[in-house]
Amino acid sequence: MSLAQTSPLTAWIEGIGFLAPGLPDWPSARAVLCGEQPLTAAPSILPTPASLPPAERRRASRVVKLTLAIGLEAAAHAGADVSTLATVFAASGADGHNCHALCEQLATDDRQISPTRFHNSVHNAAAGYWGIATHAMAPCQVICAYDASFGAGLLDALGQLVVDQQAILLIAYDSEYPEPLHAKRDTPDCGGIALLLTPARSQRSLAAITVSSSSAPADRLAHAGLEQLRTTIPALRSLPLLQKLANGQGGSVCLDYLPPMQLQIDIAPC
Amino acid sequence: MTPFVLSSFTATTCLGRGLAATRQVLQQGHSGLQPCNFESVNLDTWIGEVTAVDDEKLPELLAHYDCRNNRLSQMGLETDGFADRVRAAIARYGRDRVGVFLGTSTAGILQTELAYRRRDPANGALPDDFIYRTTHNSFSLAEFTRDYFGLEGMAMAISTACSSSAKVFAAAARQMTLGTIDAAIVGGVDTLCLTTLYGFASLQLTSNQACRPYDAARNGISVGEAAAFALLERADQATPGAVLLLGTGESSDAYHMSSPHPEGLGAKLAMEAALRSANLAVDAIDYINLHGTATPANDAAEGKAVGALFGQRVPCSSTKGATGHTLGAAGAVEAVICALALQDGFLPGSPGTAQLDPAISLQYLLSGREGRVRHALSNSFGFGGSNCSLIFGIAP
Repeated sequence: MSLAQTSPLTAWIEGIGFLAPGLPDWPSARAVLCGEQPLTAAPSILPTPASLPPAERRRASRVVKLTLAIGLEAAAHAGADVSTLATVFAASGADGHNCHALCEQLATDDRQISPTRFHNSVHNAAAGYWGIATHAMAPCQVICAYDASFGAGLLDALGQLVVDQQAILLIAYDSEYPEPLHAKRDTPDCGGIALLLTPARSQRSLAAITVSSSSAPADRLAHAGLEQLRTTIPALRSLPLLQKLANGQGGSVCLDYLPPMQLQIDIAPC
Repeated sequence: MTPFVLSSFTATTCLGRGLAATRQVLQQGHSGLQPCNFESVNLDTWIGEVTAVDDEKLPELLAHYDCRNNRLSQMGLETDGFADRVRAAIARYGRDRVGVFLGTSTAGILQTELAYRRRDPANGALPDDFIYRTTHNSFSLAEFTRDYFGLEGMAMAISTACSSSAKVFAAAARQMTLGTIDAAIVGGVDTLCLTTLYGFASLQLTSNQACRPYDAARNGISVGEAAAFALLERADQATPGAVLLLGTGESSDAYHMSSPHPEGLGAKLAMEAALRSANLAVDAIDYINLHGTATPANDAAEGKAVGALFGQRVPCSSTKGATGHTLGAAGAVEAVICALALQDGFLPGSPGTAQLDPAISLQYLLSGREGRVRHALSNSFGFGGSNCSLIFGIAP
């Protein structure tokens, strides 16, 4: 199988944002991925989104806090102006707590649901709040591909970047469902990764990546705790790539996408 | 952008199953909307319900996908010979070279709503027969479609509320341009559910009668459901008279979660981007299928944006008075309506609209009429301020 494309899907990474259980940001994740620090089991810490107006800040759900945290971290890392950036959001689900509350109420005799709950139920709610917070009027994509959401988001982000020759911010993230949905979809906590991608190398470039399809099995992480994050939070299927980036290593990794199609990522540090 | 051909397309809505039914009702100027008697919903509103969705039986091997949304997906795929064209494309290009790009807002959430009525009284658990992945999840319709055809390549659902299945055309076109795939199944499927019916009612955005887009007295939407699909292939496959995707434009309002930018700024950016993408000037557009949901704010904002770009020169209409607002399927449904307008030389009117809102300066078509259409533009805008405009033309 091959992506026999005419244009290579190549981008330069200028900024990284990260948040996962026990790993509150990219510097702490980088230290663990390099083996400099141990992974400490802890719930994800979601910062209060100072960039939102007060009304929206009060309503900000966990996925809104998560995406603002990692998106802004990646943009700051790259020194990019978020108000001009096109974005691709990729998530395996929307706001699980909000979804549960709606379904619970709709199963009762009182179906007068809250209008805020309703507009927060859309898969693109986090993307909508991102726009309100950053004033970005550039295109904003919102993708879902269940466990393959990171790969799908990466493919569309690279598509926009190569075709339109513009920088793009990929924000891949997931959140947990409360019971009883949790028993049907057991994502354990919030987690996500943001990559600020550019179509050309610059002084800020961290590495070049080129994506192609593969049928190889995905790379695993030797560290059991990190491997568990990789397999339980769909956005963190990207961890083998991040491990290379954290260590400044080149080479290639294979990431899970949509069986039998996998994504091979060739990495060249700058 | 590089043009692509819609080598097959189909739509199933409350107007009927397939192109012939859609064409006939649009040309007659009729509507498929009816007072709401969906499921146990008790709301004073009208809906666009597709007939006999729940009679559709999924293949045994795909039984785990069974839910109203995937039943309607299958109905759509097996209409107008669409599935046969897909299979021919797979035979030509390979299982890993045909991508799936489908839009939805709520996928099979109805299945979860129903499961929540059957929770275990002791521990609150959902019933064993409820499968989240293949019914509720936003990807379920895309994964169903991928498995339905035994595909092995890229697939994604795009879920940006009511612009979802317009944006799939743009995403697929990018991958086709890059050559990562040779063909793409694009489209959208959304089905009636309690979340959207009670949700739009909670925002006071549902009308108590059949919706009246752009009417001075418009007072809200009529929620509909639909499955619409197109098969995109390279334009060198186009036969004369075939419909081409010529341009796509996307933007964000960055304004509010459920209200459009009052001046239609994001809408205008999307239309301008689509014109640039198609390398066309405003005077090349002969018909605009408006988003036109029939809420006071949406039509006012879109009207300003369209008026600012096109003035009163271009005939335009919203067809949601016929189909209802099919939410995440609306972009694909209206792409198909544009395709029919191009091929038939018939500009659809706006059933339900009695009089254009005098505050809006557009050449609005209350009734359909014949007319040559060289290029048609379709607008789709969604919650979260997500905007997408598409431009279609005819192969010479």
